[in-house]
Amino acid sequence: MYSKGFRPIAIATVLLTAVAFGLVFFYAPLDGDQGFIQKIFYVHVPMAIVALCGFVAGGIMAIKHLRTGDRSWDMRSYVAIHLSIILGTGVLITGAIWAKASWGHWWLWDEPVLVSFLIVFLLYCVYYPLRFSIEDRDRQARYSSVFAIAAGAFVPINFVAVRLAEQITHPRVLSQTGGSLPGEMRLTFLVCLVAMTLLFVTLWKLELTSKQASMQLKRLRGRLELRAEERAAMQASR
Amino acid sequence: MIRTAVAVLRKDLRIEWRTKEAVPAMTLFSVTTFVLFHFGLDRDTLDGPLASGVLWVTLLLAAVIGVTRLFAAEREQGGMDAFLLAPVDRTALFLAKAAALLIYLLLLELVAVPAFAILLLGPDLFDAMPELLLVLLLADVGLAAVGALVAALAAETRARELIVPLLLLPLVVPLLIGAASATAPLVTEGGGGEDLGRYLALLGGYDLVFGLIAFGVFDFLLDD
Repeated sequence: MYSKGFRPIAIATVLLTAVAFGLVFFYAPLDGDQGFIQKIFYVHVPMAIVALCGFVAGGIMAIKHLRTGDRSWDMRSYVAIHLSIILGTGVLITGAIWAKASWGHWWLWDEPVLVSFLIVFLLYCVYYPLRFSIEDRDRQARYSSVFAIAAGAFVPINFVAVRLAEQITHPRVLSQTGGSLPGEMRLTFLVCLVAMTLLFVTLWKLELTSKQASMQLKRLRGRLELRAEERAAMQASR
Repeated sequence: MIRTAVAVLRKDLRIEWRTKEAVPAMTLFSVTTFVLFHFGLDRDTLDGPLASGVLWVTLLLAAVIGVTRLFAAEREQGGMDAFLLAPVDRTALFLAKAAALLIYLLLLELVAVPAFAILLLGPDLFDAMPELLLVLLLADVGLAAVGALVAALAAETRARELIVPLLLLPLVVPLLIGAASATAPLVTEGGGGEDLGRYLALLGGYDLVFGLIAFGVFDFLLDD
């Protein structure tokens, strides 16, 4: 049920990722200030955007779960958040590398986007202990959804709040989203963003399908064991 | 709904009055933390952003204690089942718990803020009192709404003493930013609050958004 359209999306992901790599290394110009290290931008920023969108999407899927009572939406929300946390780890690592290379520090507190992302990441890390310390399956799904909704709404509020904490507004943050990039860089960036989104969707579908398959396997095994026991009991009575 | 909420709130306040569990622990914790900050920072008096930060971090950490204890009576004595059996609106429980937490926080601040002014603060606090009260009230409303939601989320988990601080503290970072930045000029010698309106708007917006979210999703935590 989750694997609908998996093959075309997976193929598109592979193709577009290859194109994105090609564009990053052979088409996009070298940055005048930062040189080669600026290429990490094409991984870091799309990854951050996709991770944040994944968190918010997890919240929207959680709303759907609570409205319909359909547990598969909880599963979707869980896997989206799970993947976003993995991407988030990558964002923090690539961000630190980029910061070290271009500003000389591993971490800068006066960069609001970096700080906001860390806070959001720390909050979402609590999703796992919360989810897996509830045993009842129904309650687990419901509580996780409530968390996902509250945290999903927290993402934009937090970004506004951290921006407010900065006395000076940073104009270059706006330009990071592609506003004032030169044309070749912007095209490369957009291709990378789409490739990262597709990668996220592919992994999401893959994980959902595998989770569903392992659940089904467990169910079938249980049934098989039950039947074997019945047969053994029948033979014993004979 | 309001009548149910008031009834639950009165029950909570009566329990608190008789057992004296949450509020004395919170106040004691806050005063102890001020002493810790005195030695940790090795300063006799604080002012400006440092003072404001110490005050707000202490208040938020003390609030964690109140949030952890918020559903203690329901959990230990099976009050939740009784509440679910009763033909009343479930949201009333949220209103009651948030109101109880708000009252605990106000009681905490009644002790902690004067204690802070006496123990650590350099500049006089009297002139800035109206603004400070407004900041405290706005932050408390948001903290009460988020705290009641977090308490309910953590109440049914195995590791609730761990979940409450881990969940609550990142969620209140915007509150801390707003409250600490708004308080900083108030506790600076001769400082005026030029950015006060901006931070009050942040606090108010946070209260509104998280109040509505908590109000909207709380029902699902009780739906058994």
